[in-house]
Amino acid sequence: MTTRDINTKKFKKNAFRYSKVRGETASRVRCPGGEIDVESLQRVVDIAKKYGQGTVNITNRQGFEIPGISLDDIDAVNHALQTIIENRGVNQEEYNGGYPASGTRNVVACPGKKLCPFGCYDTKAFAQEIDKAIFPNDHHVKIAFTGCSNDCAHVRLNDFGIMGQTEPQYNRDRCVGCEQCVKYCKKRSVGALSVVNGKIVRDTNKCIGCGVCINYCPTRAWTRSKEEYFRVVLLGRTGKKNPRLAEDFLKWADHDSIKKMIVNVYAYLDEYLDKAAVESKEHIGYIVDRTGFEEFLKYIMKGVELGPKCEMQGRLYWGGKRYDQTNELKKSMFRFSEREE
Amino acid sequence: MGYVLSNEGINKAFEALRKEYRIFAPVLKVGEGRFKDTDVIRYDFVDSYDEVEMDKRSDFSYKDIVTPLSESMFFFTEDQIREANFDASPVIVLMRACDINAVERLDQIFLANGEHNDYYYERRREVIKFALIGCGKTCEDGFCVDMGSNKAEDYVFSLDPKDGKVYVNVKEDDLDAAFADNSESSADVVPQFVTENEVHVERPEEVPLTLFKDEMWDEYSKRCINCGRCNFVCPTCSCFTIQDLFFTDNGKVGERRRVNASCMVDGYTDVAGGLVQRRSNGERMRFKVLHKVYDFRKIFGYDMCVGCGRCDTVCPEYISFSNCINKLNARVKELEG
Repeated sequence: MTTRDINTKKFKKNAFRYSKVRGETASRVRCPGGEIDVESLQRVVDIAKKYGQGTVNITNRQGFEIPGISLDDIDAVNHALQTIIENRGVNQEEYNGGYPASGTRNVVACPGKKLCPFGCYDTKAFAQEIDKAIFPNDHHVKIAFTGCSNDCAHVRLNDFGIMGQTEPQYNRDRCVGCEQCVKYCKKRSVGALSVVNGKIVRDTNKCIGCGVCINYCPTRAWTRSKEEYFRVVLLGRTGKKNPRLAEDFLKWADHDSIKKMIVNVYAYLDEYLDKAAVESKEHIGYIVDRTGFEEFLKYIMKGVELGPKCEMQGRLYWGGKRYDQTNELKKSMFRFSEREE
Repeated sequence: MGYVLSNEGINKAFEALRKEYRIFAPVLKVGEGRFKDTDVIRYDFVDSYDEVEMDKRSDFSYKDIVTPLSESMFFFTEDQIREANFDASPVIVLMRACDINAVERLDQIFLANGEHNDYYYERRREVIKFALIGCGKTCEDGFCVDMGSNKAEDYVFSLDPKDGKVYVNVKEDDLDAAFADNSESSADVVPQFVTENEVHVERPEEVPLTLFKDEMWDEYSKRCINCGRCNFVCPTCSCFTIQDLFFTDNGKVGERRRVNASCMVDGYTDVAGGLVQRRSNGERMRFKVLHKVYDFRKIFGYDMCVGCGRCDTVCPEYISFSNCINKLNARVKELEG
């Protein structure tokens, strides 16, 4: 046994986890958009067999984590990761050096339009495009893409949550008034459709652009808009202090504006991140609480020109549990009876 | 007369035809399918040959031209009625053999089924002529050969694309010049007809009454979602319903409209007093299947279904109509045996 003198900051930045087992670590494999080719997947297996203990964790953010790796094997594992990093198109700084950062988390995506009947756009392609634009970066930023308003990717727990939208196009001449769109919009979505004189009226304010009406229309009276639109939700998070769902910021937004906004957020973090933050890491929302939302907007909206259809929420307020204020259940005023005390 | 035309030639021929005719043909509508980045092939008016989808069978049939999905019949005020405008200029409809056979079924229903002809159908039917699109090979799910509707003779000209050329057989003398003037050469052209499908069906001669409540329909009550796509794409489905509506700004004037109806969709068998004749989707399936391959034959002597296979292709629940016919046949044999 040799003496270990290892810089933990360095290996954590290199996407190796600090393990409770002394002398061990875990390698975190980045899979932008939650996609992996079989060659890379095989390589994950090979690393787990050779350097790990024969198991692989599937992470909540759609990556892999190979536990049980000796801290002595970090260099060897980084060499083995090279194929995966290249196959996944992840930006790198040093050949055979593994991942250059771990702060900006894996960009998550649901299956999207390639597989899902409700997918409104290519979630994985968008996620990978964004990963290319922002990685490597040490700032703690979480981004997720989901194909439709159903939000299977749980984008509302991210700093930037992107949800696909389609604007339903109605061809009156092809509508026979079977009312299936009305029925399914009510049952599976928000109930934005009604029948007036045998034809369908869409409440454009209520409509969330999920495309359920289009999927269920048997005559092709409802079709998808040629344009792809997105709902952008901001600054959701989990955590010990104040977990909360992201709030709506934009609807009917366009691809290019979203890309600019996400790239822009890093300059804001450079400026306002608490220099004393533990591990130089804090959720963006807490920073926004200090600077005010307007200052945050000033940064992310730099050079962004929203399309004519896009609707913006001027000021955002979040809810969520405030554990830092109260964690009381036993003496809560919402108890059913005295007996329960 | 038969002709061989280049792509340029056939487009010029269409240009010549367009002087007198509107041309209604299958068109690939990009992005208009159910799902993102999926297309649909449905009929529309075209100006050129290049706009026509010649390779694949259309998802929706020619039917829009004779029984539009939605048609204003007339408008009414307190004491007056005015018919909706109708474009009576002649139309050439490009169709495959199955669809030309399907028109015979619609004619039967609308023009040879009782004392009165259907006025709205008749006025549309009178202005259309059929042009045949040859079928070199069977389409997905089609079973036209077993239904005897793989061939058609009632057409004014035929179109068979092959190796970058289009082979045309013109039957109507008035149209001959349009093709002759733009052809590369004359030839003996025989349009292609499918002689072998991958799908085969066997139909029962007779169906016992006990089949009415047979358990064979139960699976469809569970599988079918009564969306009616099978009916809306069917080239022989003729059902329609009437919408009487009063304009919202002036409740004394309004419109009578007729729209396609589907025997699978809710509301089809609702009657005054609240009774619903066929509540379960299995019952609706039974009605539809027997109508297409039995009941119609009992009245008119031949089956209604032409075996185009569109209902199979379109079904979101992967219910196969042709396989249902075969299940029906097997069940009848079982009951007889």
